[in-house]
Amino acid sequence: MAISSPEQRLWWKQPIHGAELAWIIVVFLWGLFMFFFMIAWHFIGNQNLSTETYRVSPDSYVERVEAFADEFQATDASGNLMEEEGVPVVRPPAGGDAYLVARLWEFWPILELKVGESYRFHISSADWQHGFSLQPVNINLSVHPGYEHVLSLTPTETGVYGIVCNEFCGIGHHSMTGRIRVVE
Amino acid sequence: MATIDSGFATPDTSTYRTCGFTGLRVERQAELLIRVNAVAAVLFLAWGGLLGLSVALTRWPAVQLLPAEWFYLALTGHGANVLLFWILFFEMAVLHFASAIILGSRIATPRFAWLGFIMMVAGAVMTNYTVLRGDSSVMFTSYPPMMASQWFYLGLIIFAVGALVNVMVFFGTLVVAKNEGTYNGSVPLVTFGAITAAIIAVFTLASGAIILIPTWLWSLGLITEIDTLMYKVVWWGMGHASQQINVSAHIAIWYAIAAMCVGAKPLSEKVSRGAFLMYILFLQLASAHHLLAEPGLSSSWKIVNTSYMMYLAVMASMIHGFTVPGAIEAAQRRNGYTRGAFEWLRKAPWGHPAFSGMFMSLVMFGFIGGISGVILGTEQLNVLMHNTIYVPGHFHGTVVAGTTLAFMAMTYFVVPLIFQRDIVWPGLAKLQPYLFGLGAAGISVFMMGAGTLGVPRRQWDISLSEAALGYDFPSAAYLMMGLNGLSAILAALGGLLFILIVVASILAGPRLDRPGAKMRFPLHQGGAEAVAATGSEGSPKLPGTIILVTIFFAAFVLYYFINWKYLSELWLFQ
Amino acid sequence: MENGEKPQLERIPAMQQLLDNPFLLLFLGVTLPTVLYLIWGIMEVASVPVAH
Repeated sequence: MAISSPEQRLWWKQPIHGAELAWIIVVFLWGLFMFFFMIAWHFIGNQNLSTETYRVSPDSYVERVEAFADEFQATDASGNLMEEEGVPVVRPPAGGDAYLVARLWEFWPILELKVGESYRFHISSADWQHGFSLQPVNINLSVHPGYEHVLSLTPTETGVYGIVCNEFCGIGHHSMTGRIRVVE
Repeated sequence: MATIDSGFATPDTSTYRTCGFTGLRVERQAELLIRVNAVAAVLFLAWGGLLGLSVALTRWPAVQLLPAEWFYLALTGHGANVLLFWILFFEMAVLHFASAIILGSRIATPRFAWLGFIMMVAGAVMTNYTVLRGDSSVMFTSYPPMMASQWFYLGLIIFAVGALVNVMVFFGTLVVAKNEGTYNGSVPLVTFGAITAAIIAVFTLASGAIILIPTWLWSLGLITEIDTLMYKVVWWGMGHASQQINVSAHIAIWYAIAAMCVGAKPLSEKVSRGAFLMYILFLQLASAHHLLAEPGLSSSWKIVNTSYMMYLAVMASMIHGFTVPGAIEAAQRRNGYTRGAFEWLRKAPWGHPAFSGMFMSLVMFGFIGGISGVILGTEQLNVLMHNTIYVPGHFHGTVVAGTTLAFMAMTYFVVPLIFQRDIVWPGLAKLQPYLFGLGAAGISVFMMGAGTLGVPRRQWDISLSEAALGYDFPSAAYLMMGLNGLSAILAALGGLLFILIVVASILAGPRLDRPGAKMRFPLHQGGAEAVAATGSEGSPKLPGTIILVTIFFAAFVLYYFINWKYLSELWLFQ
Repeated sequence: MENGEKPQLERIPAMQQLLDNPFLLLFLGVTLPTVLYLIWGIMEVASVPVAH
């Protein structure tokens, strides 16, 4: 039989190659660094995903978003309510709550935020799972029905931003978008 | 199940043959099981790969091959066939090889192994049929509340249980081999790697059962609701951990091919097995990589799990990334290639498809799949590319460039040694790993590039032409998706070549079961002993490996901090 | 080759014994992720408060 018996019965006692040992120490320390850097970023960084979450029924969430949109829908210079492609543009008070609902197949409503102001941003789904992908900033979040996710969000540059759905949500998935406007 | 009574009964006395090339004792049932699992694997790879090509060509904006409905159907089928069926069938072959063949034992309960195999085939066919029928285009992940047909879930459950049966047979074979004394002392390192894969498979398949059974009942109307977040936590216990069966299995294969092609022995048994132990304990925690952008899970849970407990499993991967090339360098220097830092590498058997495939798998798994995986799995950095096409980019680096290429490389030994047929068209066989490897590297890198530009995964039309509120992705994103399509064509050619070579060799390759027959792509002298032995290399000089890992480490650190720089420029959120 | 006539072989170190025991490894490898990932994760999901 070709299977050789172990050359070293007690292989656990074999010495470790010097270069191998050095590499193990380097990668172990690098792993520790990466681990503690994630924790440190919670203290030194400004981009940490909030974990504030509530259980909510999709219907009552949609009601709240609609009430919010009614209350804060923006008006233009001549006092007309503002819309884009039939979607209301909503101007939440700086520092206040801003609501967004993801549903088949849109992000609703359009939010108009002030640059440098912080908002309590609520997001949830009315039906299936969706993916909130803010472009071209590239902030990507999962959106669940039944879970209301609240984060404090501060836009840092003015412009018109697209929201693209990046969780598969059926045949209309590739038409599911939204918009956030950031103004002075 | 009535199926097993019909003819797979084995006599109590197992029949063995002695391999003319390796001297290994090969048991008949083990050999047959490896053959059928390998053939099933290759067939599902062909089918899944074809679907994959159609997906890539659809995502090439200038081509957009399939209509939307077909695209989502094809993508669902692609995921199930290559991420689950191809990989797990091949892994079952690897498990039987690493237990029965390497240990010179018989299979513990061949009847159960056949039962498991039949269940896997039935489940895989059932799932494919359901997907093709068109009412289950729910993606491989099948997130509720989107519902597939009951047969979709049932097919997956039957497949998973069949795989679990085979894993149990593997553990049984280990017991048989030990009790019957077919080996002395510890099992060889390759078998130990397979044990690691099998342990991860138990957790994976159990998680799959825990979540898919209630989901199946839900699709039957017996359960009213599946919690979306709960589903995602448990599903990824299967979805991500299943890919870590692959990692363990393909690393075991790296060690095996290094032994078979150049006679490499592990630098240190203790270190390599210790690294596999880190996998057993911690690798599966990385299922949390898919839940970092989720609401409702605390940062503590995310950090502990996503970091595989302080990156101990990443440490293990980087250890294998040192010890595999290190073992090859040590063996090559022993073989006489001692000049300079890299003569051992330059004069490696690059014309041997098993070696070239294995070495490319090693390099690309580390540089492309490995580094991007750690970046994606960093709690805060994940938000930069969660669910963008960066994610498929990453896992094509691990599963296609890493696992699939390694499995293909191994097949160049499985065909002559287990099917006892030689490889046909050696010129094409030499070329095949390079073609496939280049294509796989391309699809990984270009999808990652497009993901960095925000392109979503699983999406039919990035021009968003049907959306009310448009958004224009940068033109570079379109370029990346086009290059991805071209790379997919290359990879598909490499895959097609692989399948043709394997099928032709099995059916019509020169027979090798005659005395004096020679393998076209031979084993290294003493290679078979090296793969089945236990023992460390000692202390050779390894300047080439040290340079290679230093380059790797520099690339890793650089890319890590580049991503933190990107993150710090985002809007502020907490 | 080991010399079978030796009366007493050196004891196998504990770590090597662990690594030679696939079933102990199986137990550890299933328990650890079940506790740290699955059970802890499900508890997190279950403890999400209801919106007021």
